[in-house]
Amino acid sequence: MGRIVKTASLMLTAMLLAAGVQAATREENSAEPIIGQEDAVVTDAPNVPPPIKRDHATKVVIHLEIKEVEGRLADGVSYMFWTFGGKVPGKFMRVREGDLVEMHLDNHPDNKNPHNIDLHAVNGPGGGAAASLTAPGHSSVFSFKALNPGLYVYHCATAPVAMHVGNGMYGLILVEPKGGYPSVDHEYYVMQSDFYTKGANGEQGLQPFSMQKAIDEKPDYIVFNGAVGSTTGDKALTANTGETVRLYVGVGGPNVTSSFHVIGQIFDNVYAEGNTSAIMHNVQTTFIPAGGAAITEFKASVPGTFILVDHSLTRAFNRGALAQFKVSGPEDKVVYSGKMSDEVYLPEGSGIRVAEGVAKPLPAAKNRAERIKIGESIYANNCQACHQATGEGIPDAFPPLANSDYLNADKARAIKTITGGLEGKLMVNGKSFNSVMPAWELSDEEIANVMTYLYGNWGNSDVEITPADVKANRVARAE
Amino acid sequence: MGSAVRRMLNLVAAITGSLFPVFAANAQTDQAWPLISAGAYVAFFSPSSSKGKVPQSKPIVVKAFAMARNQVTNTDFLRFVDQHPEWRKTEVKAIFAERSYLQQWPSDLSFGAVGLVQNPVTNVSYFAAEAYCEAIDARLPSTDEWEYALADAGRNQKSVAQTALNWLAEPNHASLADVGTATPNFYGVSGLVGLIWEWTSDFDSFVTSTELRATDGKDSAQFCGNGGTGVKDTADYPAFMRFSMRASLKANYTLSNLGFRCVRDL
Repeated sequence: MGRIVKTASLMLTAMLLAAGVQAATREENSAEPIIGQEDAVVTDAPNVPPPIKRDHATKVVIHLEIKEVEGRLADGVSYMFWTFGGKVPGKFMRVREGDLVEMHLDNHPDNKNPHNIDLHAVNGPGGGAAASLTAPGHSSVFSFKALNPGLYVYHCATAPVAMHVGNGMYGLILVEPKGGYPSVDHEYYVMQSDFYTKGANGEQGLQPFSMQKAIDEKPDYIVFNGAVGSTTGDKALTANTGETVRLYVGVGGPNVTSSFHVIGQIFDNVYAEGNTSAIMHNVQTTFIPAGGAAITEFKASVPGTFILVDHSLTRAFNRGALAQFKVSGPEDKVVYSGKMSDEVYLPEGSGIRVAEGVAKPLPAAKNRAERIKIGESIYANNCQACHQATGEGIPDAFPPLANSDYLNADKARAIKTITGGLEGKLMVNGKSFNSVMPAWELSDEEIANVMTYLYGNWGNSDVEITPADVKANRVARAE
Repeated sequence: MGSAVRRMLNLVAAITGSLFPVFAANAQTDQAWPLISAGAYVAFFSPSSSKGKVPQSKPIVVKAFAMARNQVTNTDFLRFVDQHPEWRKTEVKAIFAERSYLQQWPSDLSFGAVGLVQNPVTNVSYFAAEAYCEAIDARLPSTDEWEYALADAGRNQKSVAQTALNWLAEPNHASLADVGTATPNFYGVSGLVGLIWEWTSDFDSFVTSTELRATDGKDSAQFCGNGGTGVKDTADYPAFMRFSMRASLKANYTLSNLGFRCVRDL
């Protein structure tokens, strides 16, 4: 008897694993009776409505207000976004399979355009679009029964659909399976999309939609959650070490797909395409089609900042598809040691930063003010990546140059540091550092300029460094 | 000019479009009502009503007509409602105009700020627009006429499209711009795009209704599945938008970015 129970239990476990999450069939959901009524909880990215605890289907009323609003696409760049709910991406909606969803699409009277909605969670013509074309100042209502569980994209499908989607009209609707998803500590909503602006990437001001670039599929911006830097710094996603995280990730397009990856994390589980039947384990990068979505889960094992990217990497680094996930808590040196070695690899000859044959002499600075001006761009190109634009450096990694006792105490030593490189333990402003700076292959003039810039900023000693000072203190390079 | 030559040139104009708009010199056309000479054009969508089924890419001949240079302004419309009390905002019948009819006007016989004198009137229903045009011995343009005037015999179409896109990229301002400030096209018509949407007489006949869809199984511009099929130029986004806008309307609708201009037969 005991053996049979054990066997049955094993079989059940195997079935559950194979079956993914506990979900019903389309026929069962169609037949499930509707008990009661409630208003949907909807959220703006990166937030996700709470899990549904109901054990029955109900009528869920959703009001979605369409607004055409000017917003930030990147620093200094604004755009007329067309939105489901006032932001890009649109509101995250969460219902349970079997629910009867009554969708109210409210087109704000100040909008210029008619809009509609195509929910990929709908079985019906146009995914609801056929029933929801709505003029400004009007409201359309239709309902659908959520027959298929999973994570679905919704979008505007008014012609020209690529422009409506290109202006930000998409979001995610989660049709939660009956059994729900396993409990996690954090759930987040992330959506990638592409934008086509009349001006090139970074061109300032209000940018109109570029029809030609959209047709040519040449986006100027590829971003997470509607803007460059939407989810970085103070707005980064967060968790503590040891916590579990679920990301609901969609791609709005209109055109670009995503090789979705979190740098420094491995997805323990991926529900590819938001499906409920075949959960994949141990995934590095998951493909998400335009108009598609995936659920990814992982455990935050160690602290640090983890970067969400489209691993088609120029999209991440040149067009904006970067977001941050910050994990705080104690280190786990077994899982990840951090940097263990003090040793330095210094190759023979000059550093790889030397680009052969493209040296372009800059005009010599005539005075201290010119030095500071030229020095600023030298700093931006050579120093800023580590020491930061503010000169504050990065704690435990790169020492500060702002108010720096190390810098101000000895300018000859500073010249030697730049020309000869530095390794090993170092105290700056009372903090200990242990890292490496390479020797910089810069001319006397360039070093004089960048150092005068350093000394002339951030509360430093204001001394001027001349090319003669640099020449006198330069560390000769081994040839 | 001999009558034979004139006939021939008229024929040329009818076939090629209106390159010579000077022929039908007529007392009814002037700077305020420029002549849109006869010609042929290819419709973006063909009408889907039973009487109007036209194969794609077959040119439609448009007869000459006069089109108002500018949209109807608040000033124009105030004169109209003064003379036709049934179209005042507190008098209008609900079936002819929804609640937001003239909602920007503070009262029946005032449009408010002096600065709005030359603003196009908006928040007017199709019924009200049609009644206005009738009252001045004119009518609303058909969609073909309106689109034909915009096509401007093929001139400057890139800049026309860009004007439309720029308008969509602009946030709404506290008030609309004045009519007539945009450089007129070759016919002499100003601001067809870039200021407001405009009513056409057959706005509702280009997209199949839900009922029609049920019988012929044909969807159209209402959503993307068919939004890209059977149109003249799938890259003409502003044209899609005009047809989507028309498809979303009912005759009693009043929208804050929707006004009209009239045309006259010659």
